[in-house]
Amino acid sequence: MTAASGFAAENPARASADWAVELKDAGLAALAATLLALPLMGLQTYDVGGGALGVRTRFDWVVVAAAAVFAGRLILRICHRLTRRRERRSDGVLASLTASTSRRTSLLAATGIAFAVALPVLPFSSRYLIDLGTTVLIYVMLGWGLNIVVGLAGLLDLGYVAFYAVGAYTFALLARDLGLTFWQALPFSGLVAAGFGVILGFPVLRLRGDYLAIVTLGFGEIIRIVLVNWSPVTGGPNGISDIPRPSFFGLPFARSSPEGATTFAQFFGLEFSPNQRVVFLYFVILALALVTNLFTLRLRKLPIGRAWEALREDEVACRALGINPTNVKLSAFGIGAMLGGFAGCFFATRQGFISPESFTFTESATILAIVVLGGAGSQIGVVLAAILLVTLPELGRAFAEFRMLLFGAAMVAIMAWRPRGLLAYREPSLHLAPRPRWARLR
Amino acid sequence: MAYFLQQLINGLTLGSIYGLIAIGYTMVYGIIGMINFAHGEIYMIGAFISIIALLVLGLAGVTCVPLALALVLLTTMFFTSIYGWAVERVAYRPLRGSPRLAPLISAIGTSIFLLNYVQILQGARGKPMPPLIQGGFTLYESGGFSVRLSYLQLLIILVTLALMAGFTTVIATTSLGRAQRACEQDIGMAALLGVNVDQVISTTFMMGAALAAVAGLMVTLYYGVVDFFIGFLAGVKAFTAAVLGGIGSLPGAMLGGVLIGLIEAFWSGYFTVEYKDVSGFAVLILVLVFRPTGLLGRPELEKV
Repeated sequence: MTAASGFAAENPARASADWAVELKDAGLAALAATLLALPLMGLQTYDVGGGALGVRTRFDWVVVAAAAVFAGRLILRICHRLTRRRERRSDGVLASLTASTSRRTSLLAATGIAFAVALPVLPFSSRYLIDLGTTVLIYVMLGWGLNIVVGLAGLLDLGYVAFYAVGAYTFALLARDLGLTFWQALPFSGLVAAGFGVILGFPVLRLRGDYLAIVTLGFGEIIRIVLVNWSPVTGGPNGISDIPRPSFFGLPFARSSPEGATTFAQFFGLEFSPNQRVVFLYFVILALALVTNLFTLRLRKLPIGRAWEALREDEVACRALGINPTNVKLSAFGIGAMLGGFAGCFFATRQGFISPESFTFTESATILAIVVLGGAGSQIGVVLAAILLVTLPELGRAFAEFRMLLFGAAMVAIMAWRPRGLLAYREPSLHLAPRPRWARLR
Repeated sequence: MAYFLQQLINGLTLGSIYGLIAIGYTMVYGIIGMINFAHGEIYMIGAFISIIALLVLGLAGVTCVPLALALVLLTTMFFTSIYGWAVERVAYRPLRGSPRLAPLISAIGTSIFLLNYVQILQGARGKPMPPLIQGGFTLYESGGFSVRLSYLQLLIILVTLALMAGFTTVIATTSLGRAQRACEQDIGMAALLGVNVDQVISTTFMMGAALAAVAGLMVTLYYGVVDFFIGFLAGVKAFTAAVLGGIGSLPGAMLGGVLIGLIEAFWSGYFTVEYKDVSGFAVLILVLVFRPTGLLGRPELEKV
């Protein structure tokens, strides 16, 4: 049938046969949709009172769903057929970006950074936008941290949120029990998270890909369950509140200064505004994220970074060359965890309140989706994917309860559209000869 | 002793359910080497379809319990397997041959989608189900504590054993099973030798979904309530079970399921209930440290 479509234009008999095929295909899809919709859409359970259930029918929904699938499938196939004859090479802006030179990439990065820095003073910016920007940057930072583990070292980590949680709780506990401020606690958050990464990594890193995935997932759940149940320390499901906000070199962001200290607004002779803190937090996470990026880019040029990428490509060859896989993996795991810990520390100070609810598997999945969607290993791809995945549910607020439904569907659709990620840029940092043209186009 | 026996029975029941779900994971992994993250949601959908089928049969006036159960079992398996088929067709088939992580993300997206789909369509509140099968045997009595094996527990264990036996026969003797084993060994070679790979994969997803549906029905009967979020935890535990037993191995999945069920039952019986979800993971990590391919898994060959 694939071959036949090419001749469809010249051969009318073949074309009508193709139409029959398409209609039959759409009909089958509609039949499947009917069967899918019948039990869950067509019949709805409801409370009749007294703890009993009743069933009511909604067969009109089933008809609508089947019709929608029929039309959708038909349109999709026709579109597919129309575009299939064109060259596959012109894959749009993203593909040209993928094959772009490093100069163009750095231009894009510079523009992005300039935009990010200027965001708070741009005419259309608002408190909501800056808040959203802060959230995006948290995910960018988490994405870059996980990118070291997944993108560079090629280890599948499904429990990354555990390190994020460890960082957040480390800061919350240090602030509550020892009175440390955000800046004092930040290094500890990273260190403790890295410690957890190494402790987890040590026994499990000799496992292969998917076994590692389930163990990390389990570890993430263990951390969350411990946080929920260890009430005397972690506050249980209620979490920890009143986490101190960061200060600007010792100048707090407050309306009135506590006992003689100067506030940020007083020191600079400004009118107090709650927006100052929001903007400050935005710049803090921007700086943290940029440092993370710089750190990662430098690491990639060090022997350890080279070893990560080599290990991702071929573990057996690495062993033959005398690289100790366990140590190399452990360092990736530890450093990734440390970055997650920093992000967690920032998250805690930004929210002022943390509870285990913020550290569910869905978070891990979102971060992993950002990395994979961005094109594992690509720094800019992570930024694009983070913007996409954070703003998508925000835009979907208009759809209220359908928000997450659309989010899930969008994840599937984007993966089907670009299975290698938005920017499939997995070129090794180091290679001996210029790569041949076919390899770059791949 | 009596308490121990009771926990053993509870654990076996729970483990049978986990084992049924785990088979779906292990079969899919064995053939296309991917973690079907949406499988937990398929099980949840199975539970919902079973409760709806029970209600419809109740309205239709089917009062004979064994007949009603048999009918519900068949309808649930049928409709849930179509969900399994659709998930593979929509979310995984377009991604075949792409990098290993792509189908995983697609699976997570599917899981989010199905979770919200059921929540929107059926409501967020738990669905209660009056107990259908009551009573049981008292096996042993001592010091005011009696060990009971309810008819329902017996039914769950027996149905699981029957399905396991049936499945092993299908895999070992039929042409479909032969095709599945061929795909497991080398999917490309199987395709060259005339095995319809797409069809085999679809069938595998449908079989896995049908088993998950049975597990869903059992859970509905056992706990008497169904939520839209039961899929995640059950899915994770079943996957843990599959990995514990050695992913890709059918007896391994069953063994792992039973082990996870027993560990949970004994942990909550003798230690704390709060940390029962931790116990399974802790044992998994311990086992994997000493046997990196699971209990019954074959070691993977590394080739340069």
